[in-house]
Amino acid sequence: MTLSDIFRRAGPAVALLILVAVLALAVPDFLGVRNLRGLLLSVTLVGTIAATMMLVLAMREVDLSVGSTVALSGVLAAVVMNASGSVVLGVVAGLLGGAAVGLLNGAIVAGLQVNSLIVTLATMEMVRGLAFLTSGGESVAIASEAFYAIGSGSFLGINWPIWAMIASMGVFGFVLNRTVFGRNVLAIGGNPEAARLVGVPIARIRIAVFTLQGLVAGLAGIILAARITSGQPNTSVGLELAVISACVLGGVSLSGGVGTILGVIVGVLIMGAAQNALNLLNVPTFYQYVVRGGILLLAVIADRMRQTGSLGGLAFWPRAARRTQGDETRHA
Amino acid sequence: MTALLEYRGVGKRFPGVVALDDVCFAVRGGEVRALIGENGAGKSTLLKILGGQYRPDSGTLAVAGEARSFASPRESQDAGIAIIHQELQLAPELSVAENLLLGALPRRHGLLDRIAMRERARAVLARLGEPIDPDTRLGDLSIGRRQMVEIGRALLRDARIIAFDEPTSSLSTRETERLMAIIGDLRAEGRAIIYVSHRMEEVFALADSATVLRDGRHVLDAEHVSADDEPRLLAAMAGREIADIYAYRPRTHGDVAMRVAGLAGPGVRAPVDLAVARGEVLGLFGLVGAGRSELFRLIFGAVRPHAGHVEVEGRALPPGEPRAAIAAGLALAPEDRKDQGIVPVASVRENVALAWRNLARATPLLRRATEAAEAARQIGTMRVKAASPDVAIATLSGGNQQKAIIARWLMAGARILLLDEPTRGIDVGARSEIYGHIYGFAEDGGSVLFASSDMAEVLGVADRIVVMCEGRIAGIVDRADATADRLLRLALPERGTRNPFLDDEAA
Repeated sequence: MTLSDIFRRAGPAVALLILVAVLALAVPDFLGVRNLRGLLLSVTLVGTIAATMMLVLAMREVDLSVGSTVALSGVLAAVVMNASGSVVLGVVAGLLGGAAVGLLNGAIVAGLQVNSLIVTLATMEMVRGLAFLTSGGESVAIASEAFYAIGSGSFLGINWPIWAMIASMGVFGFVLNRTVFGRNVLAIGGNPEAARLVGVPIARIRIAVFTLQGLVAGLAGIILAARITSGQPNTSVGLELAVISACVLGGVSLSGGVGTILGVIVGVLIMGAAQNALNLLNVPTFYQYVVRGGILLLAVIADRMRQTGSLGGLAFWPRAARRTQGDETRHA
Repeated sequence: MTALLEYRGVGKRFPGVVALDDVCFAVRGGEVRALIGENGAGKSTLLKILGGQYRPDSGTLAVAGEARSFASPRESQDAGIAIIHQELQLAPELSVAENLLLGALPRRHGLLDRIAMRERARAVLARLGEPIDPDTRLGDLSIGRRQMVEIGRALLRDARIIAFDEPTSSLSTRETERLMAIIGDLRAEGRAIIYVSHRMEEVFALADSATVLRDGRHVLDAEHVSADDEPRLLAAMAGREIADIYAYRPRTHGDVAMRVAGLAGPGVRAPVDLAVARGEVLGLFGLVGAGRSELFRLIFGAVRPHAGHVEVEGRALPPGEPRAAIAAGLALAPEDRKDQGIVPVASVRENVALAWRNLARATPLLRRATEAAEAARQIGTMRVKAASPDVAIATLSGGNQQKAIIARWLMAGARILLLDEPTRGIDVGARSEIYGHIYGFAEDGGSVLFASSDMAEVLGVADRIVVMCEGRIAGIVDRADATADRLLRLALPERGTRNPFLDDEAA
């Protein structure tokens, strides 16, 4: 194994260690138990959804609708719970709502072969609108102590939202590594046509992955609603970018075919640690936007470097020439 | 007189292959030099270095005595070099005039000067003797005329060095004659011409001199060539040690394994009827665009047919469903290995196991130990050379990638292999091994359909040869009756008309 291989595999973990070391030195209280538990709690929303986003990205697709789906499922759960008085019915409604959004995304992407970036950009808008329509444009307060417990209760000293994140990462990490389904997801991402021609049922898998993504976003939306004790139609705007950033930071390739759950865990923690440090240092919100965007940019550049094995920008000229050549061949 | 173009000890390697090794030859102005060699001998790599697509690892090019190294196709063009490719590099949606002047469009006040553009285009088309309206959409022209447009581009740039890469592979007889005449004119104007072909007849009709490449090395330079040199050139191309690279092994055939009944669809115009027996190797020969790959894709269900069906062991397959075809024992090794065959970022083992784990009887959970053992066994049988089964398949040489794809289908228990140009771009040693595996597969009762545009290969390997031409079957020839002449006559689109390169043989 060469040094670059080690960097490639362990890169994100090394980056996390360096970041934690720097933050521990620079930020007072960073390594305190209270702060670390808060940090973990703060990444549950992103972390839970990142596990399925890993599958979507590894399949060479993307899902921008997760933020809106979180809002819709929270609102649905709140409305149904208030109307029926049943926590179970509310939770089921939220989960089904999320899964339905995912199924719609998957059916359009797989059935009509439309680019998932555009499909989910459209459903992102539509679902956000549905969330406002369902709630009547306002936040829907929930009056059920039993439901709050999903957000604030704990088991073995760990909060339920953290358990949900652990479960999501465990399940989908296992799916990716140990099931034929998971390996097929990577094969489709690596080369969809080759996968089709060896008998991978690509349409079925695409639909399943998007539906799982919707279901998990729905679950995350319900947990969020329980934590804030209401269904908020305007919550989680821009969440999809945080989730995608975490995945890419963790080494999931935007060109598909590559991804590991350990990488995603590290990516989520890097995002959370950076955010946490900014808060502890009282950095004004406006700067935080700039920092978050900067992290995403770095992650994408790192992704490019991993693929080409060099700094993309520095080798600009010869590669640009090759790319032109390729385009010409395709046109011919 | 110094040569216009000179290769001085040019070498180029790719992962696992030495594509070129210390190649030296020169072309003077007013000379047509044929560059001949078998598939994978390094001809296209030499041209790509000339065209600025690759940089040599060692050695240099000299243009008019001056050492040059091209970092991009643009730099090569600016040095007065034009390459007329096998796959034409033009924009089909633009007009002929725009294509001719692309990259150097005339401007007036910063805007495109359409009048000047048409005038220049008309002038050069007249010079080529082509009565084409400059406003025609390029895509509406025949392949031969498109090639003339590409030659026109070279003339407009006044390229002094023009290389033709298998220019006649998809031309009709008449178009070939026109091309020969024009190359003669270019020579008379003192340009240096490189002519890549594996049709010996063309070489003798056209070339002053010849350089023979084999396995990336120039093995023969002939300053004057005539038809008398044919045995010498052929021996140099083949090399003694690989004289019988095909090592054909006769077999007895069993019952019919697969029947294709009236199959037609995109690229296959007339309904195709075929039967292939157990133990048979059926060759499929045709020129570029004859419909070989399209027929394979229809049989395999990668594309939905318009009509007809495929029967395996007497049962009809549902149309357009690769999974059903695979379940029935079919396997496709596509011509475009990189885009349709391999999953480049995945490991060799993953690539080999892919079909097996998607068979209908497969379990949802990976059986990792069984899978690894079975993949390792097939990788061993096919003698895939890889540092480990865990390296990405993209790091392997073309020959080893192809062997891995065959290993994939052996692991899945395929009974009927559809191999589309399985030896394209593969070195001689690996080709010979692949032929051996094909015979072995057939001897075990499997059936092989083997498509190739390399006539010698089809003649060497197949028990029976199906010749395709323009999307239909032009004829089926038994091995005993198959000759190069006969296959070529069937494969050429304009049968019955004179072919200047066949006259000697026919007489």
